[in-house]
Amino acid sequence: MGDLIWILISTVLVNNFTLAYFLGLCPFMGVSARVETALRMGMANIFVLTITSICAWLLNTFLLDHAPYLRVISFIVVIASLVQIVEMVIKKVSPALFKQLGIYLPLITTNCAILGLAIFQTNKEYDFFQGLFFAIGAGLGLTLALVLMASIREDAERAQVPKIAQGMALVLIIAGSLSMAFMGFAGLGSAS
Amino acid sequence: MSDEPQVQEPEDNGASSAGIIATLAVAGMLAGLLLVVVYEATQPRILAYKEKMMKEAVGLVLQEPASFTTLYLVDGKLTLDLPEDAVEKDFEKVFVGYDEHNSPVGFAVVHNRAGFQDQVKVIFGYDPETGGMMGMKVLESKETPGLGDAIEKDMDFVGQFERVVAPLVGVKKGSGSGDPHEVDMITGATISARAVIRIINEAFERWDPLIKAYDHGGSKDA
Amino acid sequence: MRETTPKQDLFRGIWKENPVLIQMLGLCPALAVTNTVENSLAMGVATFFVLLGSSLSVSLLKKFIPGEVRISTYIMIIATFVTVADMSLEAMVPVVHKKLGAFIALIVVNCMILGRQEAFASKRPVGRALLDAVGVGTGFMIAMVMMGGVREILGMGSFLNIPLFGDNYEPWVVMILPAGGFLTLGFWLLGLNWWAERKKQRQKVLAARESSERRAA
Repeated sequence: MGDLIWILISTVLVNNFTLAYFLGLCPFMGVSARVETALRMGMANIFVLTITSICAWLLNTFLLDHAPYLRVISFIVVIASLVQIVEMVIKKVSPALFKQLGIYLPLITTNCAILGLAIFQTNKEYDFFQGLFFAIGAGLGLTLALVLMASIREDAERAQVPKIAQGMALVLIIAGSLSMAFMGFAGLGSAS
Repeated sequence: MSDEPQVQEPEDNGASSAGIIATLAVAGMLAGLLLVVVYEATQPRILAYKEKMMKEAVGLVLQEPASFTTLYLVDGKLTLDLPEDAVEKDFEKVFVGYDEHNSPVGFAVVHNRAGFQDQVKVIFGYDPETGGMMGMKVLESKETPGLGDAIEKDMDFVGQFERVVAPLVGVKKGSGSGDPHEVDMITGATISARAVIRIINEAFERWDPLIKAYDHGGSKDA
Repeated sequence: MRETTPKQDLFRGIWKENPVLIQMLGLCPALAVTNTVENSLAMGVATFFVLLGSSLSVSLLKKFIPGEVRISTYIMIIATFVTVADMSLEAMVPVVHKKLGAFIALIVVNCMILGRQEAFASKRPVGRALLDAVGVGTGFMIAMVMMGGVREILGMGSFLNIPLFGDNYEPWVVMILPAGGFLTLGFWLLGLNWWAERKKQRQKVLAARESSERRAA
């Protein structure tokens, strides 16, 4: 159990997917202008990451042991189809939820965080529950980074930024500072 | 940035779904074929390299034994042979080194746990009769360059693991009492150094009874 | 789509439409594995290979790929080349392969590669697709080395593992950590924006001078 909690904490804070591994940068740069949208994007991510983790585990356990060279192909194909199925199911079952998450789901397919999760989970040889906690941690971490970024950007809008720093340059420098701040969390896992 | 390409609605070019499935199947088969060929071509080199690295690491931490073999943990006991049709990587293993007279010189154990950044993976060798360490090597770590990676690069620290006796106790550099269990920590990398000590103690506690119970007699007939 | 000359196809991607520095595509590898020049180069070469292979295949096969499933087919082609690159790197340069780790497999989701297939290779003859792939691939590699160069020089005081400053240099460790990746790209963009802005100002001054001279004449 302590093992699972360590995985969760370490993935949210110490090895944050966005700020330490640069995964999921596209939404991080693209939809982090408003806290509201950032939060929804984060939720959609947690959802898809969790399902991906389960699928990757199934693939690894039952299929890929014999054909490791098909790993990348099967992961990406399964993820792409999965997101589409999830989209259809949500649309049918809960139109309200679809309205909230809908437009973000297709965007997530090509998000490197999803494939990244599947591959990292494989490389680290996580079992089912470790993978699940890893996925939830990764999703929470992405959400945290997105929301922090969005709230800083909302404030930065009111500041007078020199012309050459507007846009991506500013976002990247803010991200760098956030990443540095998160470095302070290192060592949490080995405390006590 | 957004990796969503500008997807236009595909024009209907009249391809039937059977045609689509056939195209995808052919593409998939071609891809699979290419991958199998490359896999077969590269795999021997990859495996040979991995084995060479493992051999070097075991050799290093057991102070270059004349030979060594792998022992597997099967049903709570260390054995030389795997059960019939078992997959090798499903079993935990330790290595045992022998001198030129085929008498055991020590055991090498691989173990990992959380360090400062991420998991730290260590291999160490020790003599089960005295508990004396024979060597330690960090196999994998993502510790901070310039600080935590001293557990790999600081030879004063690494060198101690040829002298000390398990179980280990970390002490501040220079404040030791001369006890053989004491390991001097690294200034500025306390957490990483402590992680290494914990890894060794954990592994020692777990494997030492198993290793002591292992009977070399008759198992080494080559 | 606007017609272009072969020369434009080749050179456009190298600087004017550089995938990383101008279009902001493929940021994940450009930030994640550029802590040394060696890693940056290896990543650049692997990406170049995947892009070239995918563009060639897509351009050759474009007639047979049904429009409905073209994205899936492109991804499948890209994933195949990525796996080939992954295994070849592991067999040839295991040390570098270990450092790049999962990020080689992640070339699949490098939006730059899929983008080139959808926007260019699927619509053009093979020769042009190859020229475009070479240009964009080179542009990506240049950006990778620009990132890796700054980070290695400041963060380790060396270039391609050759020490530059002697023993007294205290490396800026932060530059080879993740934060350094964000900061380096941020400052490169600042620099490039400043340069572009200056050029614009100069042109304005020049134009103003010219028109005033004309008026005087």
